[in-house]
Amino acid sequence: MREITYTEAAREGLDEEMARDSSVFVVGEGIGKRGGNFNTTLGLFDKYGPQRLRDTPIAERGFIGMCTGAAMTGTRPVVDFMFFDFILDATGEMINQIAKMQYMSSGRLKMPIVLRGCVGVGGSSATHHSGNYYSFYSHVPGWRVVLPTTPRDAKGLLKSAIRSDDPVLFLEHKLLLNTRGEVPDPDVDELIPFGKASVRREGTDVTAVAFGMMVNRTLEAAETLAQDGIRVEVIDPRSVAPLDMETILESLAKTGRMVIVDEDYGPAGMGAEIAALVADRAFDELDAPVRRVNGVHTPIPYSPPLEAAVVPNRDTIIGAIRDLVAE
Amino acid sequence: MQTETHAGADLNLDTLLSLYRGMLSIRKIEEALVRLYQLGHIPGACHTYIGQEAIATGVCAHLRQDDVVFSTHRGHGHAVAKGVPPEEVIGELLGRMTGCSRGRGGSMHLFSPEVGLMGTTGIVGPNLLQSTGAALSFQLLRLDRVSVCFFGDGAVNNGAFHEAINMAAIWDLPVLFVCENNMYATEVPFAYATRNTDVVARAASYGVASQDVDGNDVVAVFNASAQAVDHVRGGRGPYLVECRTYRTRPHAEGMRDVGYRTQDEVSQWKQRDPIAALRTALYNDAMATEEQLSAIEERVTATVDAARETAESSPFPDPSTATSHIFSE
Ligand SMILES: Cc1ncc(C[n+]2csc(CCOP(=O)(O)OP(=O)(O)O)c2C)c(N)n1
Repeated sequence: MREITYTEAAREGLDEEMARDSSVFVVGEGIGKRGGNFNTTLGLFDKYGPQRLRDTPIAERGFIGMCTGAAMTGTRPVVDFMFFDFILDATGEMINQIAKMQYMSSGRLKMPIVLRGCVGVGGSSATHHSGNYYSFYSHVPGWRVVLPTTPRDAKGLLKSAIRSDDPVLFLEHKLLLNTRGEVPDPDVDELIPFGKASVRREGTDVTAVAFGMMVNRTLEAAETLAQDGIRVEVIDPRSVAPLDMETILESLAKTGRMVIVDEDYGPAGMGAEIAALVADRAFDELDAPVRRVNGVHTPIPYSPPLEAAVVPNRDTIIGAIRDLVAE
Repeated sequence: MQTETHAGADLNLDTLLSLYRGMLSIRKIEEALVRLYQLGHIPGACHTYIGQEAIATGVCAHLRQDDVVFSTHRGHGHAVAKGVPPEEVIGELLGRMTGCSRGRGGSMHLFSPEVGLMGTTGIVGPNLLQSTGAALSFQLLRLDRVSVCFFGDGAVNNGAFHEAINMAAIWDLPVLFVCENNMYATEVPFAYATRNTDVVARAASYGVASQDVDGNDVVAVFNASAQAVDHVRGGRGPYLVECRTYRTRPHAEGMRDVGYRTQDEVSQWKQRDPIAALRTALYNDAMATEEQLSAIEERVTATVDAARETAESSPFPDPSTATSHIFSE
C-alpha cells in the first residue's frame, strides 16, 4: 500500500465522493481557489469549479444555517471550518436545528450534512483555536461524531460521512494532519463504518481506550511499557458517537484493567461515559477501578510550557498505566 | 496618484511628531516580531499591522486611558497605541511571564485592561458586540467614557457587525466603530464577499453617523477621529469611520502571499506607506528637518530594541500556574 498524509487521504476521499455524486458541495472560508487553510480542498476548485467549492464570507452561523436548508432539499453540504472552534458561533443551528431535523419531521426529512475542521491542542494555537469539545457534541442526540486518527481512517470515515443521511461532525486533530500512513489505492472504494473501533495494538494486561492524537501518544507509551513486560491493548474508537462498546468490553474481558486517555476535558467526558458503561455492563470483569487520563480542565494557554502542562503526554500515560497495573 | 503630500496645516508640530513617533513605534515592534518569528522564537500565530499604523495611531490619539478598545486578531498596533508597553507586547508573543497576558494568550489574546485594552481576539466578530456592551455600561453608569471597536472588512459580513451596529443605533450608545478596510479577509477579496463594499453606506442604512477616510493618511484619520470621538463622547450616539488601507505583509507570518493579489498592487500600496508619507510631508512643508526625524527614529529604534531584550530575557510562566484565573476565586 502507498503512504500518504492524513490531509491527502481525506482530500482524496472528498474528491472521490464529489466525483461520484454531483449533489455534494463544499463551503468554507478559503476553500475555493486557495485550496483551504489546511489544504483540505487543494486542486478541487480546478476540477469542480466555484459552484461546488464555494468560498464564503466570515459568516459561520449564516452558512451553517443555509447548509441546513440545503441538506433538507436535495444536496449534501460539506462545511469546512478550518478550525472547528469557529463552529461555536452556530451552536443554536447545530443543536436546535440540524440535530433535531429528522426527528422533528418524523423522519420525512434527512440531514446529510458534514461539518469538518481541526480540533485539539498543539502549536501554541491558544484558547480560541485549540478546542476539542467532542464529549459535549456527543451529548446531544442526533449527531454522528467521528475522530479519525490515521490517514486510512480519515479517508474511509469521510467517505462514510458524506454518504450518510445523518449529520456528521468530522474532527481532525491538528497534529495529525501531516502524519503519514498506508492508504488503499484510489480505486478501492473503502468505507469505514461509524461505531467500529480499531484495535491498534494487542495486549493482555491493560486496555487503553484513546481518542484522536492521544492514540499516538498511548501507542508510544505502550511501546515503552512493553520493554518492562506490560502488555497494553490500545483501542481507538474512531467515532465518539456512536461508541463501539462491544470492542471495548471484549478487550476488558481479556485484560481486567482499563484506562481512558483523552485530551478533551474529564468532567462529563468520554472517560466518564465509558467508565459508567463498564460499571453497568462488565463490573465483574474489573480487577481494578477504571482510570482516566485527561487534558487539564482549563482554557488552553499559549506559552509552550503552559500548553505542555495541560495535555497528557507519554510519561503521564505511562505513569497512569503503571499505577493501574500495581493496583 | 499622489503628487505632493502636505501635513495637515491645522495640526501643530508637536501633534504631528507625536503621530510620527506613534506609527514608527508600531512599525519597529512589528519588524522585531517578524524577525523573531523567522528565528522561530514566536511559537504561535503572528498577524502584523504593517501598513495600517496610521489608523490605530490616529484614532487612539483622541482616547483617554479610561476609554476602552476592543481589537482583532491583527491587534499589536491597537495595543501599542492604547498604551501597552512594547516589552509587554513582545513578551506576550514570546510566551513570557512579563507579557501583557502573562504568556497565557499570545498575539490574538492580548489583554491590558489597566490601559483600556480589553482584548484582541482569535474569533472574528465578538469585539463588535463587546464594544457595544461596554458602551452600554458607560451609558448606564452615566460616564463620558468612549468604547472603540477596531475590525476588518471581513467582519462586516458577519452577523455580529449588523447586530452590534443596530443595537448601538437604537440605544444611542457611545461606541466608535473603526473599520480597517484592507480589501481582503485572509485571501478573500472584500469585493467577492459583498456586493456593497461601501461600509459607510451600511452605517447610514442603520442610521449611524459615519465618514470614510484614507487610512494611510494619519492626519486624515486623526481629523476624522477627532470629530467621531467628539460625537460619541458628547452623547450623540455611535459613529463609524471607514479607513481604506492595505496590509503589505501576508495575512499572517509564515503564510504565502501569492495567488490572490498582484505584486503590482502590493508595490503600489507600499508607495503609499503612511509613515514615509508623513515624513515626506513634514519635510516638504519645512516643518521638520531630516535630522530631527532621524533622531526620533533612532530613539524609537533604541526603545524597541531595549523592549525586545527585556522580553527575551524574561522567564516563561511556571507550568503550575496553568489553571489559575479560571474563576474569580
Ligand atoms: C469566526 C471566525 N471565523 C474565521 C476565522 C479565521 N480568520 C481569522 S482572520 C480572518 C480574516 C479576517 O479578515 P478581516 O476581518 O478583513 O481582517 P484582516 O485580517 O484583513 O485584518 C479569518 C477568516 C476566525 N478567526 N474567526
